[in-house]
Amino acid sequence: MSQKTLLNATEIHVALHRLACQLIENHNDFSQTVLIGIQPRGGFLAKRLVRLLQNDYKIKDVQLGLLDITFYRDDFRRSEKPLEANKTAIDFVVEDKKVVFIDDVLYTGRSIRSALTAIQDFGRPTEIELLTLIDRRFSRHLPIQPDYRGRQVDAIGGEKVKVCWQEHEGEDAVYLIKEQL
Amino acid sequence: MSELSVNHLLGIKYITEADIQLIFETADHFKEVIHRPIKKVPSLRDITIANLFFENSTRTRLSFELAEKRLSADIINFSAGSSSVKKGESLVDTVNNILSMKVDMVVMRHPNPGAGVFLSKHINASIINAGDGAHEHPTQALLDCYSIRERLGDVAGKKVVIVGDILHSRVALSNIFALQKLGATVKVCGPKTLMPRHIESLGVTFEPNLIKALNWCDVANMLRVQNERMDISYFPSTREYTQQFGLNKAILDNLDKEIIVMHPGPINRGVEITSDVADSKQAIILDQVQNGLAVRMAVLYLLASKIKRNDN
Repeated sequence: MSQKTLLNATEIHVALHRLACQLIENHNDFSQTVLIGIQPRGGFLAKRLVRLLQNDYKIKDVQLGLLDITFYRDDFRRSEKPLEANKTAIDFVVEDKKVVFIDDVLYTGRSIRSALTAIQDFGRPTEIELLTLIDRRFSRHLPIQPDYRGRQVDAIGGEKVKVCWQEHEGEDAVYLIKEQL
Repeated sequence: MSELSVNHLLGIKYITEADIQLIFETADHFKEVIHRPIKKVPSLRDITIANLFFENSTRTRLSFELAEKRLSADIINFSAGSSSVKKGESLVDTVNNILSMKVDMVVMRHPNPGAGVFLSKHINASIINAGDGAHEHPTQALLDCYSIRERLGDVAGKKVVIVGDILHSRVALSNIFALQKLGATVKVCGPKTLMPRHIESLGVTFEPNLIKALNWCDVANMLRVQNERMDISYFPSTREYTQQFGLNKAILDNLDKEIIVMHPGPINRGVEITSDVADSKQAIILDQVQNGLAVRMAVLYLLASKIKRNDN
């Protein structure tokens, strides 16, 4: 197995600030916008962004929810590994709100497809956008593209993109992991 | 662990503590689902479930049916009263006929103990026992333990007394297995005539005095007197049963500590518990019903995830 650094801590820091600024450009004071982290890994990125928006850009009320898509996945009973559910926590109304989905890596697009179905159970948003730290180009199975992206990377099928967070893995970094044949 | 160790839920006896914990963790997620504006997920869209009730049931049947609908399964309902069972058809024949309609799971209640185990050896579908005679009622025990965990934080280390008709109760047996697997201590209390012989061999102790039992416990599970299963008289009169083993508000208020009161329903108000106890803050009877839905969704989901897909 070999590992290559795609983003280091400084590059992640810069990307997060840029993404926060892009969100502010489009959503002003976030009074009509809610952020939804896609569980399990999107939650870390979403919480980071909310912290930036509140502390560095002085936006007072940013509503953050966490959405688990396990029960909406299209690979139930198809996957070798059993699916493990995570917590969903959306304690606000999404009806007539702008929703921004936040996930760490956009790969096939299937998780986002599931999230689009799942969010409908909480109401009808006026629009839904997608923010992702890493956009894996050329690997999409569905016509889904991000509205905000931290970095676009080219990775082939057998490679894995791993996003590490200070609060979870002890460092901020993004790695490209290759399985050696 | 994220997968059950079994392909059927035939009884608590056959599953592990890790299975129970997985069911509880999954039920936590479904409990959030059933509070959403749209209380339904598409997971079991391609699963067909037959609810076979060879014995009367109201709440278990409704709870299973709703759980199946909340998971988007297709369901067919069958009750023995209106079927060919009355014409003399055997259990395996009845079920095989239903399975030839491509049913993936069977939820079955049957008056004979072991009916689920028997069926699991003869047919190719995932079976959930919804009560087999006086043997087991696993989902009831799971929802009871889940309700204790919800109220007290954990089941391990808790003291639980099961009061009443232990002899005819599948709820009691499943509860004893589940509580013990989760690390609780169990006592049983009730008329000596309604205690199975050798009950101590299950690792529970018998306490004939209700007040002593209640002063000992954290949770009292008050079972229903099952008149329909009593072919002879086990106690002189209902009035005498209530005097010795009925729980009323005065007894509850005079205990050394505040305990939790459970009842699997349906309640004979004024027999095993009085109305003011059933409606008090200490009673979690309606929480049990709501948790039953989440726990049954978890069981159905986890068992369905083990059914192999056949796309041909």
